[in-house]
Amino acid sequence: MRTTDNNGREFDNTADDPRQRAELVTGGLGFADVTEVVSNVAERPRPPLAWYVALAISVSLLGVLGAMILYLFSTGVGVWNLNNPVCWGFDITNFVFWVGIGHAGTLISAILFLFRQKWRTGINRMAEAMTIFAVICALLFPGIHVGRVWLAYWMGPLPNQMAMWPQFRSPLLWDVFAVGTYFTVSLMFWYVGMIPDLATLRDRARGKIQQVAYGLLALGWTGSSRNWHRFEIAYLLLAALSTPLVLSVHSVVSFDFAVSQLPGWHTTIFPPYFVAGAIFGGFAMVVTLAVPSRALFGLKNVITLRHLENMNKIILVTGSMVGYAYAMEFFIAWYSGNLYERFTFMSRALGPFAWAYWTMIGCNVVAPQLFWFKFFRTHIWAMLLPVMCVNVGMWFERFVIIVTSLSADFLPSSWGGYYPSWVELLTLAGSFGLFMTLFLLFIRFLPSIAMAEIKTVMPQAEGKGPRGFDYNPDEYESPGRVLATGGSH
Amino acid sequence: MSHTATAIDTRRTDGASDGGRRLHALLVEFETPSAIKEAARRIRDAGFVRWDTHTPFPVHGIDEQMGIQRTKLPLLVFACGAVGCLTGLVLQWWTNASNVDLPAALNFIRGYPFQVSGKPFWSLPANIPVIFELTVLFSAFGAVFGMLVLNDLPKHYNPLFRSQRFRRVTDDRFFLCVETADPSYDPQHTPALLRSLGGTAVEEVYDEPTPPAPTRIVNRVLVVLLCLALIPPAIIAKARVSRSDSPRIHLIQDMDNQEKFKTQRAYPLFADQRVMRLPVAGAVARGELGDDAHFERGIVGNGYAEQFPAHRPEVRLTAEFLQRGHDKYGVYCAPCHGFDGSGQGRINQRAIELEEPAWVAAAALTDAERRSRPVGHLFNTITNGIRTMGPYGDRISPEDRWAIVAYVRALQRAHYPRAGDLAAVENIGPRERDGGE
Ligand code: HEC
Repeated sequence: MRTTDNNGREFDNTADDPRQRAELVTGGLGFADVTEVVSNVAERPRPPLAWYVALAISVSLLGVLGAMILYLFSTGVGVWNLNNPVCWGFDITNFVFWVGIGHAGTLISAILFLFRQKWRTGINRMAEAMTIFAVICALLFPGIHVGRVWLAYWMGPLPNQMAMWPQFRSPLLWDVFAVGTYFTVSLMFWYVGMIPDLATLRDRARGKIQQVAYGLLALGWTGSSRNWHRFEIAYLLLAALSTPLVLSVHSVVSFDFAVSQLPGWHTTIFPPYFVAGAIFGGFAMVVTLAVPSRALFGLKNVITLRHLENMNKIILVTGSMVGYAYAMEFFIAWYSGNLYERFTFMSRALGPFAWAYWTMIGCNVVAPQLFWFKFFRTHIWAMLLPVMCVNVGMWFERFVIIVTSLSADFLPSSWGGYYPSWVELLTLAGSFGLFMTLFLLFIRFLPSIAMAEIKTVMPQAEGKGPRGFDYNPDEYESPGRVLATGGSH
Repeated sequence: MSHTATAIDTRRTDGASDGGRRLHALLVEFETPSAIKEAARRIRDAGFVRWDTHTPFPVHGIDEQMGIQRTKLPLLVFACGAVGCLTGLVLQWWTNASNVDLPAALNFIRGYPFQVSGKPFWSLPANIPVIFELTVLFSAFGAVFGMLVLNDLPKHYNPLFRSQRFRRVTDDRFFLCVETADPSYDPQHTPALLRSLGGTAVEEVYDEPTPPAPTRIVNRVLVVLLCLALIPPAIIAKARVSRSDSPRIHLIQDMDNQEKFKTQRAYPLFADQRVMRLPVAGAVARGELGDDAHFERGIVGNGYAEQFPAHRPEVRLTAEFLQRGHDKYGVYCAPCHGFDGSGQGRINQRAIELEEPAWVAAAALTDAERRSRPVGHLFNTITNGIRTMGPYGDRISPEDRWAIVAYVRALQRAHYPRAGDLAAVENIGPRERDGGE
């Protein structure tokens, strides 16, 4: 994969050569070029045709989602095929799937930030946006599955004349707080990071509407150094807060299962296993979104192949962690000597839902192993194969966990089956419509790349820290100094 | 790209107003981060206070050059986090575990011990997730809103925006800005100093007395929106304190109003067309029982009946009636009280054998105390139970209860016969005598 560096020389961006740092921004771009390339996405009079096609499909699916929700509200949850004992089906599967997707965004924006992985600057905005939109999709499902949706506000601790309060010892309520907090904090993190870039769009806007809209959103940002100082500290603090937050969110989601007594759910491995799975699935989604976006909007010099390769490596690592967790679940089922636990796992692999189980294993454990080969990590079409598998596999993981455990628990007399109704299938499809619509609008109208942040890691910024992909702590002046300026010089 | 250095305008630079137009600040433009850092150091050394640098990205090391104090934001965030932590703690304790008496008017915020599957009311581990989330949430609010407030944002109007050149501050240019309001500002020396900094351009920024139209419009829209937003809470607040005769607004019906037949309406299916049906023959409505206190409850006047309710045709002290009492006694009473009424029934024996701590021995029905009880009292014991003995009124009909009472009396008489009783029994044939058991 040859590309040009900032001196116009040709080099391989994905080669691991200690004598030459892989540049974060390729193609010899300067500050103004970065502004131009990124703003161009929002400013060009017409986006590429593919964008329109994608938007048309997404909006149609969004319409389907709306229709399905309307049907659900007007008729009742009976339009889904949930039953006793399988009282959670597609609804909660989709919820956990979408929350998980969101986690990669926070990982990139917060955890990689704390670890000073400067390559995150190319993809963090897009990943954060993905987080927001995925969490919106996630929040939708528990919201609509409660039956009488108009009473969903009972989930919050609101004073009322019935003196009725939420039950704070229930993991379902922890979920309300965890996902709610996660959404709010991610939204603020995303927006705060975007303020300087919105100011860029404001200053370049030619139309009146754009000027006012971007102007309002940019809050009057002037790039003052005194403002930057507090901005960077606030950003660092938000990253430090989001890191434990993101770990807590999927742990709490896993408590929804682990705190119950059901075989296959009641295990202590769930929190770390869910978090690893979330990051795994989320990174797959980031790659899925980044590949077409960089091609369509000419962002290949900012989201370089090296970025994609790094993400594929993370997919390999987290995928192997997930595979280990699957194996460990089986081992413990046997080792615990618990009959019900053993039965549940045997029936996962060999029972009526074996097809879902083996889809999950194939997609989540086998497919990512292709990323041991550099070829698959660095060729667009080759990398899309495992990545797409992971998107599918992570959905099936939640389906397997939820449905197999519910359908056959302790008493054979209370076993039951489950298959989705057409309403559930279309609602799932519709949620992708919601997600993609939001994402397509974002990429077209908002700064989809963190311009200001990218500029700090370019050689022209004259910072002392490393600007390449590889991290070397000696190149920093002192840790204290790094902290004092929020670390992204 | 490059501009002729020090292209300062010929306009006035003394800061005096000119038809409301006032010199606000002087801007110097630079092309590289190092140039602005150098300039910043010189301006700081010159003792200015109302000045700033504006850059497209946070320039490394400019804070020291400008002498920017480290912000107090982290302390603020810590305080917010502490408040969030306390909120989570108190909220959960108050709503699920507290038991504080409040005046009735405050009932809507009253908490109470929340019993769920016998879990402890207050168990910290179960409350940690919410406490943690609220700590993070409040801290994040502190970080974001604290940063905005300390940075004096949002501030949609800024005289600097009047400069065309300044627009590149968010692209690739670096600006140094000294306000004329600075105490060290001098109309002669300051422009000269700025020109000597080596920037690519120096520009005067003027301020107008009125902010530009979009700013004004937006401000007005915001004020109107704010006022409109106050209407719903005002309506709710009013509704909470006022009374009304009209039914409440019923947006979502749930199952409150259904298609169904209500009292006093017509219903064509029945011959008499009435929705309300008469009770079927023989139905006994609640409270209609007990017309005959003697028969139904064993009460006469204010005390227990001393006599059997002989006025009822069901109660006749015949051998048949006693036989029925004997049968029912065998079903309902004998397991505890024994067939002979000694209190040594199988259940009683078993309980004593197992040393059941809670077992109270069934009473002997034939002892002096029991023999002295009026029949109404025995009847009442069966109907409503007594002390640890449960009630049987719901299982045994009144006439059977009277039959049992008659049989209990017979048992008592069998244990403590009167003179002549024996002769009477001997007149009965042996087969008949042992018949029942
Ligand atoms: C489940 C066991 C049980 C059954 C069945 C039972 N009893 Fe009793 N009965 C008791 C016990 C125990 C007491 C003593 C209660 C006490 O002292 O707390 C008692 C007390 C009595 C007394 C004495 C009340 C007093 O005046 O102090 C009478 C009379 C009596 N039972 C009659 C009957 C009759 C008649 C029946 C059948 C309809 C019957 N019991 C069925 C357990 C039973």
